[in-house]
Amino acid sequence: MRRGIGTTALVAAIALAAGACGGSDDGDGKKNAGGELSGTVEFWDTSGDAEKDFFKKVAEEFEKEHPGVEVKYVNVPFGEASNKFKNAAGGGAGAPDVMRTEVAWVADFASLGYLAPLDDTVAVDGKDDFLPQAWGSTQYEGKTYAVPQVIDTLALFYNKELLEKAGVEVPKSFEDIENSTGKFEKEGVTPFYLRGDDPYFVLPFLYGEGGDMLDADTKKITIDDEPGVRAFEVMKDLVDSEAAITDTTDGWENMQKAFKDGKVAMMLNGPWAIEDTLAGRQFKGREDNLGVAAVPAGSAGQGSPQGGHNYSVYAGSDNLDASYEFVKYMSSAEVQKRTTEELNLLPTRTSVYEEQTVKDNQMVQFFKPAVDKAVERPWIAQGNSLFEPLRVQLAEVLTGRTTPEDAAKKAGEEYAELLEGGDWK
Amino acid sequence: MAVETGQSVAPAAGGDARGRGRGTGEKSGKAPGPLRRALATHWYAWAMVAPVVTVIAVIIGYPLLRGVWLSLTNADESNVARTIGVNEIEATYEFTGLENYTEILTDGVFWDRLGWTVVWTVGCVSVTFLAGLVLAVMLNRKLRGRALYRIAIILPWGIPAFVSVFAWKMLFNEKNGILNKVLSGGGIDGVPWLGDPTWAKISVIAVNVWLGVPFMLVALLGALQAIPGELLEAAEVDGANAWQRFRNVTLPGIRSVSSTVVLLSTIWTFNMFPVIYLLTRGGPGDSTEILVTYAYRLSFLNSPRDFATSAAWGVLILLLLMAFAVVYRRSLRKQGEVW
Repeated sequence: MRRGIGTTALVAAIALAAGACGGSDDGDGKKNAGGELSGTVEFWDTSGDAEKDFFKKVAEEFEKEHPGVEVKYVNVPFGEASNKFKNAAGGGAGAPDVMRTEVAWVADFASLGYLAPLDDTVAVDGKDDFLPQAWGSTQYEGKTYAVPQVIDTLALFYNKELLEKAGVEVPKSFEDIENSTGKFEKEGVTPFYLRGDDPYFVLPFLYGEGGDMLDADTKKITIDDEPGVRAFEVMKDLVDSEAAITDTTDGWENMQKAFKDGKVAMMLNGPWAIEDTLAGRQFKGREDNLGVAAVPAGSAGQGSPQGGHNYSVYAGSDNLDASYEFVKYMSSAEVQKRTTEELNLLPTRTSVYEEQTVKDNQMVQFFKPAVDKAVERPWIAQGNSLFEPLRVQLAEVLTGRTTPEDAAKKAGEEYAELLEGGDWK
Repeated sequence: MAVETGQSVAPAAGGDARGRGRGTGEKSGKAPGPLRRALATHWYAWAMVAPVVTVIAVIIGYPLLRGVWLSLTNADESNVARTIGVNEIEATYEFTGLENYTEILTDGVFWDRLGWTVVWTVGCVSVTFLAGLVLAVMLNRKLRGRALYRIAIILPWGIPAFVSVFAWKMLFNEKNGILNKVLSGGGIDGVPWLGDPTWAKISVIAVNVWLGVPFMLVALLGALQAIPGELLEAAEVDGANAWQRFRNVTLPGIRSVSSTVVLLSTIWTFNMFPVIYLLTRGGPGDSTEILVTYAYRLSFLNSPRDFATSAAWGVLILLLLMAFAVVYRRSLRKQGEVW
């Protein structure tokens, strides 16, 4: 604990808010004489309420194959996981052995030396089996720091019955949504829910206008270009024309509730929301009512961000061998197949897509082509930091405190500060 | 009394007594300074508080000094020394002098946030104090079921702050919260409690007041009960009406307690991280960010985390509060307050 770091009054406050950092990894085991693995593998999972029971069960089944190993499953809320891991990893105590890392976190953690390189370890099993776009997010400076778990992208979720009653076709563009407002009026339904508190949901609007946050190849910041401005404009227009309702806090709960109760007919969401959505009043017992379509297009085309999760191993783990084995097991074809069957999540192994149950899965049938076309994000160390300025500016635009032009410009300025040191333009 | 004990036992205490003797000698016959004399005469008291002083030095002094040091460097998450498993990574950050401070102070963000932080602090403390005082005065009377009322009002204090804040967050929810359900039931449009900058500011202050009133109440109630009843009776006999009695007997009577709780509560509110962070995350946009939450966002949400800037913000906040405390004390002393 040498690093008591920014130890001022401020940090005391942060410690209060962040709560106690994680458990302790008391794993002491290496392989014993017989070559059997032993020790404790602490696994931090970030999956949501509807998914966590399944992952807990699967993780603990690892103990059956390796009786000497004890798996300690910890569910960490997704929103806090990155900070919590950094506190523990940088502080030298309390970090888990294995962590479910969002795709944008890998380069970040790896650049700080927190992750163990996995090339030539048992963790990587059949590297060529993984989807190339999923594999992209596991690389940092030529080394592999993670193994893909699931892949996802955003899509348009719609309530078939409500669209039918309103006589509306599944919209192809955000303009279609705006134009359909009147038709939903008699049902007392708002067409669309727009996430106003989560910058990830800005990306389809940004890509739809032909823009991006950055151009990693030419090292140029592009959020403040024309498409960035238009993306904010389109979002604001949707809300102003009453085609969409939004919320700058509690977006997830409010969106899910509004959609599940039939208050809105459409929303953008990813495969991780399927389980939760199907449990809602409008879909329980009639899962057919949920329709999924490609994200609506903007003026320049359509695009949705590629997301997903990986498994990575903490470089300071006391129990690297068991951790590698655990990652191999969790990313295995067998576990991925079960994940798809139980949770409708998309596997990252090409071989799993050959399985009949996976082929037959409706959500996979839809999401797989979408994922194939999804836009890969820049896998740079600052990739995750790019969202915070976007979140602030989004709220500023939606509450009318700033114009789309100024918001895009401000975001660009903040990016320039974030990327300081690199040769970004 | 303490002085006498100290002196009589001093020879037996060895170290201190010897030290004193030698010390005086070494200073070439100079009379011992006031500090030295205090140490010598009150050695017993010092010995008793030594463990506390040591602990405070370790858990407050060291981090504080380290924070000040870091604020003068360019330390961040990627260049500080850290141990990850078998890897010992050496520190590579450099001393940069006051660069962090000039950068912060020349940026409009700091002054914007300072403005709102002052509004937030003054708003919270004044409303909390007034509400606490009113409730304390009411509960200081003899009325049936007084104990029950007291328990009811103090109860929020017993709930962990974050639980209260989450409960409030649910009440404030624009679409599904109970506050807006009640309003719309009464035919009034729902209010975007946390979605509109002005309403969000009102909401965070309301929650903080709710959390702070029990403390004020308890402190002020104690102060009220310490006022001798004879004083009030005498005033009444002299023909003072209720307001005059309150103004001229009660208020001066609780002055020393209230000045202390106002100071404490100002410091707490100024740095009240959890309420704002948990309720609005500083949003919408950055409209409810106070200095501490903004410093957190600046320095801990980006990667690599910028420890140096964050420490510099911390030091600035500390300096502001210290300046406030000094000014506040001085103004109290001018009013004849013995403190």
